[in-house]
Amino acid sequence: MKTAATLTVNGAAYPVELDPHLSLLDAVRDLIGLTGSKEGCDDSECGACMMLLDGKPVNSCSYLALQADGRDVTTVEGLAEGDELTPLQRALLEHGGVQCGFCTPGMLISATALLREHPDPSEEDVRIALSGNLCRCTGYDGIVRAVRSAARSSA
Amino acid sequence: MTRTFTTAATVEDAIEALGSGARPIAGGTDLVVGARQGKASLPEAIVAIDRIASLGGIVEGEDGLRLGALVTHEEIVANDVVRARFTALADASAIVGSHATRAHGTIGGNVMNASPAMDTGGPLLCFDASARIRSTWGEREVPLDQLWTGPGTTAVDPRELLVGIDVPAPIPATGSSYVRLEYRRQMEIAVVGVTAVVRLDGGSIADARVAITALAPTIRRVPDAEAVLIGSDGAADGIAAAARATAAGSSPIDDVRGSAAYRAAMAEVIAGRAISAALARARGEHVEIPASSSTYAGLGGARA
Repeated sequence: MKTAATLTVNGAAYPVELDPHLSLLDAVRDLIGLTGSKEGCDDSECGACMMLLDGKPVNSCSYLALQADGRDVTTVEGLAEGDELTPLQRALLEHGGVQCGFCTPGMLISATALLREHPDPSEEDVRIALSGNLCRCTGYDGIVRAVRSAARSSA
Repeated sequence: MTRTFTTAATVEDAIEALGSGARPIAGGTDLVVGARQGKASLPEAIVAIDRIASLGGIVEGEDGLRLGALVTHEEIVANDVVRARFTALADASAIVGSHATRAHGTIGGNVMNASPAMDTGGPLLCFDASARIRSTWGEREVPLDQLWTGPGTTAVDPRELLVGIDVPAPIPATGSSYVRLEYRRQMEIAVVGVTAVVRLDGGSIADARVAITALAPTIRRVPDAEAVLIGSDGAADGIAAAARATAAGSSPIDDVRGSAAYRAAMAEVIAGRAISAALARARGEHVEIPASSSTYAGLGGARA
């Protein structure tokens, strides 16, 4: 039985009808049409689906969409202010932190959450925080440099 | 059967839903992931308990801690009393999943999922914690050593709801740690884990607790290892003997994460690190939280 709910994604409210078993990832991609968040493993190993839920990171493939009813969801599409990329997004481009790009939305969300909690993380802090996000290109060095650079530029 | 989803506003709502066959969900970090991995499909009737305000919060009293069932791992790691006095629990919650898991995953879910590999189980068991269980016929306390009956099973009726975990205050001069062997720093499940809690009196160990994780069908204490430690002076040979006893008291299995023989060998190594870290903390020395990563490099910076 589908249940009516309101998903608030990147500040916009979407009235939706949700199956109890539908994941937040599938709801945002298939019902709302925001396809920035990716499905990698579909069981919380890879972090490609990571979104912010009330400001906290969540693996959206393994979170029921109905539990997000009335909460604030932020996807990678919601990070930039209009055409103005965040310092983290710019740093990722500058440091070659994007290769195939599949992990990038989750990496950006994960690193955004990290920098809110730890404005100036050490390299070790960044590597540990991002180790829930897998990069299939193994391009971690550029990603880690970008996160540290963004932290310093915002400090 | 029709799939249903309800959101409980109160404990009474939740218990009523459980009574009619619904299964509870909080952070979903075990239930939904388990379904994705094909362990068990999602329940047809789900009651979300994550918005029940009375199930949140950590209350610190003279007699110990009361953890609401919905307290997240993130909240546990950030709590100064947990870090100072129940350090093994902070060690465990600090390494559950990733920061995404810790933001939503709850202590209640971790305990009631009853995985023999759960990180918080060993520390809670060694601290003599008990589960507060509510139902339409009342509330009861179940000591954690009676809660887990096998991998994924508990002594709790499906119509009952865990509302909190009570942890008595440890006696001063107690140090504790939880150390696990892991292949990856986040989104990892213990290959082997050991909890150690020691209390010093003068130069000798007056009391000791050792529990094993992912080394038996349930998390359980190892009395033989504890007996070796109690009365000893905490020197290296005593730690080594207790570590051997820990391995001898385990009954690991072969699975995708490691062979039984490898687990048994590593049980001794990880037990030695956990006991050393607990002793160091009991003596007032600083060991980083989580202890797992700091003990890889050896305590005090020396290679183990």
